[in-house]
Amino acid sequence: MKSLVELGVKPVDSLINERNDKRWSLMEKLFLGLSPGQYLGQALRNPFNWILGLIFAVGLPLILYRFIFGLGAITHASNDYPWGLFLGFGLFCMVPLSASGFMLGTTVEIFGRHDFHPIERLALLNGLLGYFFAVVYLMVDLGQPWRLPYPMFWSFGPAAVLFLVAWHVATYLSVQIAEVSVAFFEWMDWLGGKRFIRRITIGLTVSGIILSTLHQGALGALFNYAPGKVHPLWYSASFQWIHFFVSAIPAGLCMVIVVSTIIKKTMAWRCDDGFLDSLDRCTLGIAKGAAMGLITYLVIKFIGVAHDNEWAYLATGWGAWFLFEMFVGVLLPLVLFAYAIRHQVASLARWGAAFTVLGIVLNRLNTALITFNWKLYQEIPHIFEFIVALTVFAIYITTYRFILYRLPILYSWKEQPQEALAPEAVKAAPASTTVSPANAVYRKID
Amino acid sequence: MSGISRRKFLAASVAVGAATTLGGTKKALAAGSFSGYPNSMGVLVDLTRCIGCRSCEAACNKEQKLPDPNLPFDDMSVFDQTFHHGTQKRRTDESAYTVVNRYTPEGSEPIYRKVQCNHCAEPACLSSCFVNAYTKTKEGAVIYDGSVCVGCRNCMIACPFNVPAYSYSSAFGAVVKKCIFCHETRLKDGLPPACVEICPQEALTFGKRKDLLKIGHQRIQTHPGRYIDRVYGEKELGGTHWMYLSPIPVEEVGFDPRPGNEPIISHVKEFLGVVPMVLAIWPALFTGFHLLAKNQEGHGDHEHDTEHQHDEEGGQQ
Ligand code: SF4
Ligand code: SF4
Ligand code: SF4
Repeated sequence: MKSLVELGVKPVDSLINERNDKRWSLMEKLFLGLSPGQYLGQALRNPFNWILGLIFAVGLPLILYRFIFGLGAITHASNDYPWGLFLGFGLFCMVPLSASGFMLGTTVEIFGRHDFHPIERLALLNGLLGYFFAVVYLMVDLGQPWRLPYPMFWSFGPAAVLFLVAWHVATYLSVQIAEVSVAFFEWMDWLGGKRFIRRITIGLTVSGIILSTLHQGALGALFNYAPGKVHPLWYSASFQWIHFFVSAIPAGLCMVIVVSTIIKKTMAWRCDDGFLDSLDRCTLGIAKGAAMGLITYLVIKFIGVAHDNEWAYLATGWGAWFLFEMFVGVLLPLVLFAYAIRHQVASLARWGAAFTVLGIVLNRLNTALITFNWKLYQEIPHIFEFIVALTVFAIYITTYRFILYRLPILYSWKEQPQEALAPEAVKAAPASTTVSPANAVYRKID
Repeated sequence: MSGISRRKFLAASVAVGAATTLGGTKKALAAGSFSGYPNSMGVLVDLTRCIGCRSCEAACNKEQKLPDPNLPFDDMSVFDQTFHHGTQKRRTDESAYTVVNRYTPEGSEPIYRKVQCNHCAEPACLSSCFVNAYTKTKEGAVIYDGSVCVGCRNCMIACPFNVPAYSYSSAFGAVVKKCIFCHETRLKDGLPPACVEICPQEALTFGKRKDLLKIGHQRIQTHPGRYIDRVYGEKELGGTHWMYLSPIPVEEVGFDPRPGNEPIISHVKEFLGVVPMVLAIWPALFTGFHLLAKNQEGHGDHEHDTEHQHDEEGGQQ
């Protein structure tokens, strides 16, 4: 794609095809304004697509195999480790890494920090896709995925923490779909839908905060069911949910930094100047937020250790592992962030973000898998389980990229040529008055 | 955002949250003080009497119509089986709701322990299940309805005794599997379960839980040298309906010696208590933050000032 852009091809970023003054058709939009031949050519030239293809070639049949022969066919079918990689990674890691949507939503819409506006949509999309694929992982893991609606409509277990998770993730998923749909409405030129969503933005954002607080915490509280099974250093009788909730904040923020870094490196042609020029500034701003989150997390982690008086465990092998996690995933990024913010070096902040993401993944895997059953034995998941988990992740990346290529996430959509703007704006003004000031700024950007 | 829409929004968000969570919290909090059905039944397992004949395993297999085992029930080599680098003994699984394991403490005769669901008074499995598949019956059994089991396997995470197993081998009907105290076929009609009935040693005593506790303490009193002074399951984890008498400390027969007397649900209560708080406080708090931020922006910013005027008009409409 990069080379095509250099040749002067301009990917679709507006309603009207400048070359012939006609509206882009849906097909043209899907092919980014390229001819199918050009499109296929650029896809084949990208070596990353070949890697994805290889993963799919091995992984997709395995997923099929799992649904025909049952979970036992691709896992160790362990009764002692009922939750394997699909939940340990897919649910417990993907969900905190997707806290970005509600964090940036809050920053921009609630606290009125419109300077983060250029990256807000990316954060919302990151949230939506992360949650969506957490559910996909769940579907792969559930014994009878077609019964997933049962807790919603059929048989209620409202005293269970998982009940809360199920309801909240489902509700929050719809909230996020609504939030991201603005971009889709622009792209499809359904302005009515866009106006409607903009009107309820604050409501959506606040419900996002409530739902996120509760289900991020609830994922932690799930482990309160297994007080004797999770290692005491990763378990806190009173603070487990707070640990999970607080660590989700830097996790989500840093995931946006990581994703935006990858985008900048590989997809710069799709970003507009508004995005690229503000990226360093946004990165450092987000890093500041993440650093605050990390400090809080570090403190409450050690309060947790002190509260349950677990100091003695620190001297054991598990203790060393715990300190390693804290060092790589919390302390190191903190130092990097502090330096980066002080000297305004965005690239260092990016490294800090990468370590934070790593640290959160390590923390969740430690809680759910590695230190789980520490009194029994360690289990290494089946190789097929690894491959299927990787395949779902590859589908996640593909979908992510597909959307970024098309919807106005990294660039702003040019709605209509200048002269046509006037009447439309008059019509839109009264309708949008009850909306947050974001709308005003937003229109300005348009 | 106008006054009206804000109020509406608050009400709606609380209602949504309340509908999905408040009901549950009430139930969960009530569960903590639940003292069980007074006349419910239980089984007392006396480890000093068990000879490891595995008749109970065979009886259970027949009663519950489980698949034929790999090794016949009179093959005692199963006691030598270990798993996961020698660290684990046999456990219950989808084709065996009960197993007998052998422990050989230094300088003593081997001791056998039968493992099955202990039918907790306040079962962790039950409280963790998000489709409410589990029921604690008035007879004392913890049974479950496989037809609603989604297969999240949270009950297996929650059970402190690692009892429930999953039918991983099944592609379309995979559900949780565990001992049900022979509820459907026997307990419901007041009959002892199959495994108890067959035991040649009377190692398993079936009766009302409160009577079993008396019998247990009596045995300990009459033969102080024979048992340690503990009826395992009397108080542990809120009390269980299958209880154990052991001649040696329970950790030597594979029990957690200090599981605590609190039922598992009490570890989760704290979080469940937080839920209504967040639902009640957050909406007002963050809407407030938003209004504050909005006002601040207004200072010296002409464009936003106009926006505010519109805002008020919108509210009056
Ligand atoms: S022993 Fe486990 S499966 Fe049985 S009732 Fe107690 S928690 Fe449930
Ligand atoms: S009570 Fe019934 S189901 Fe449970 S172990 Fe005994 S025979 Fe099996
Ligand atoms: S039938 Fe009785 S003696 Fe035989 S193994 Fe079972 S509990 Fe022990």
